[in-house]
Amino acid sequence: MEETQEEETDKNIKVSVRNLTKIFGKHPDEALRLVEQGKKKQEIFEETQQNVALRSLSFDVYEGELFVLMGLSGCGKSTLLRCINRLIEPTSGVVEIDGANIVTMSEDKLRQVRRTKIGMIFQSFALLPHRTVLENVGFGLEIQDMSVAEREEKAREAIDLVGLSGYEESYPSGLSGGMQQRVGLARALASDADILLMDEAFSALDPMIRRDMQDELIELQARLNKTIIFVSHDLDEALKLGDRIALMKDGVIAQIGTAEDLLQNPSCDYVERFVEDVNLSRVLVSKDVMKRPEPLLPPDSGPRNALRLMEEYGISSLFVAGKDRMFRGLVTVDGAVEAKKREIPLRDVMVTDSPTVLLDTPAQELMPIMAETAYPVAVLDTEGRIKGFIVRGSLLAGLARLEIEV
Amino acid sequence: MSDILPVGEVAEAVVAWINETFGWLLDWITMALDMLISGFQDGMAAIPPLILIVILAVLAWVLTRRNLKIGLLTLFGLIFIYLLDLWPETVLTLALVLTSTFVTLAIAIPLGILASRYVSVNTALRPLLDLMQTMPSFVYLIPAVIFFGLGNVPGMIATIIFAMPPAIRLTNLGIRQVPIELIEVSEAFGATEWQKLIKVQLPVALPTIMAGVNQCIMLALSMTVIAAMIGAAGLGLNVLIGIQRVDIGGGFEAGLCIVIIAIILDRITQNVISSGPDK
Repeated sequence: MEETQEEETDKNIKVSVRNLTKIFGKHPDEALRLVEQGKKKQEIFEETQQNVALRSLSFDVYEGELFVLMGLSGCGKSTLLRCINRLIEPTSGVVEIDGANIVTMSEDKLRQVRRTKIGMIFQSFALLPHRTVLENVGFGLEIQDMSVAEREEKAREAIDLVGLSGYEESYPSGLSGGMQQRVGLARALASDADILLMDEAFSALDPMIRRDMQDELIELQARLNKTIIFVSHDLDEALKLGDRIALMKDGVIAQIGTAEDLLQNPSCDYVERFVEDVNLSRVLVSKDVMKRPEPLLPPDSGPRNALRLMEEYGISSLFVAGKDRMFRGLVTVDGAVEAKKREIPLRDVMVTDSPTVLLDTPAQELMPIMAETAYPVAVLDTEGRIKGFIVRGSLLAGLARLEIEV
Repeated sequence: MSDILPVGEVAEAVVAWINETFGWLLDWITMALDMLISGFQDGMAAIPPLILIVILAVLAWVLTRRNLKIGLLTLFGLIFIYLLDLWPETVLTLALVLTSTFVTLAIAIPLGILASRYVSVNTALRPLLDLMQTMPSFVYLIPAVIFFGLGNVPGMIATIIFAMPPAIRLTNLGIRQVPIELIEVSEAFGATEWQKLIKVQLPVALPTIMAGVNQCIMLALSMTVIAAMIGAAGLGLNVLIGIQRVDIGGGFEAGLCIVIIAIILDRITQNVISSGPDK
């Protein structure tokens, strides 16, 4: 038995994987023996012509967690995902969902688990072309022989949840990629499954739509608290979405941890190489990772205007700057609400000591600043004019983007 | 008699054995098919021609999801045939072609499904289908006559054998071409094998299967003249008589009717689903 992470015992384990091995080929037994002897993938292939896709993997996924399986193509991440609902039969090992071992389960029970506990979302959307959005979303419920009225009601709820109301009667061919994947998401949500398996769910989308979908997934997850296992080959996406990330290589997990763990304490050369460009952060400066400071709040505006702007842009704080764009401070939503209630001017609730950095502050110095403050960090030029701002997410994403471009 | 390999003699022996052993089954098949054809034919003959033509035109219009062009094509095509005074023959030909197609599909689609699911069935069927498709269609007339005598039924049997391969092939192909993700979807959401077939594989494969149905009808129509050589009646017989008597006019008229029916049936089957879901 490999040692597994036991420190987070306060959380419920939803999916538990133990010594999971998958060997592709006609004679897995001999290869399995060689795996147990600790032989390398290449050696086993040369000796037996069998391809070891996953070797003795063990990890837990906790309830309500967004767990990212990350790695380059061919590392076994999609195979691993498919072993969790047994679309691919594991060669050996245990996969427990809510304590029940999927691997040894009868076909009937397995079908029941797939129907009620696990939803799956595919890279290519995988919608049925002859069905409308409503019929596609209701597919899983139809399989359970639910009555038409009941399944339509649930399907409509799910469609509403992903923001596709009004498109119930459309066919997939008439929808954009982003909308098609919303249908895929709604289909997985309709059956009320606790666990979502997402296989490169956003990889086929345009970068812009992709970012929107990631944001929406985070938002949806905050509301629904599903257990999500998300496969991705994109470090940017993994860092943005993952509560924890498992970095895979050649059928084994090189490291499991939070984004910060992977960036700051890479466990081996592979992880280090994967994130090493992130350590190039000394050449990355504020202006590379900052976002445009829109909108700015004029110093003389009232709390109602501030709240309206925050609502419109979906943000929780605004930078205050005049026509000259000179940075004055920052107003939070709490501050604005208080000002409105007590009918005092905004400048009385303005935060003036929020951290600021210069355009050419190295990213390495940004990290500790970001770690200590609850506010977005304003980026100023040498005269004190606001040029942009940085939040934790944009810093990580900026670092990751650099890694991919290099 | 002086063949080095006695293939012909063996074939004769096999035929004789089948005739003796399965005579009752052959009689039964003859009776069933005969009833099917005459039922179809009598049903259509009972309706006055012009009313039947209107009904068929409306049916064509409805089947093609209100395609007015095809409805009108059917209407005027059939009226043209009626004016050529070939209506009874046309009804018989339609009865033969449609019942043959029906029987063919009833065998071919299940076989195609089996071939798509089991490699062994596929492997066993492939050389047989190759043989059926390359064999000159006249050859099928011989066993049909031996086992079923002369008349409409042996004509139908020959037609069924001749029209079957593309329907099997295209059903098999259509199901195999269903994208793997859609199969994964049905499995991931807990579908049974039957649900997977009915709700995913067959509907997604339907355009390809319909292409097979279309081919099947066209081949059945192309057999009408050949089947007439062993006693099948209808338009094919008129063409055959035209050939035998060098009656250019009569043969041409009957041939033209076959073409009109072919065009109508082709357009209908191509438009039943192939243009995909409406927006």
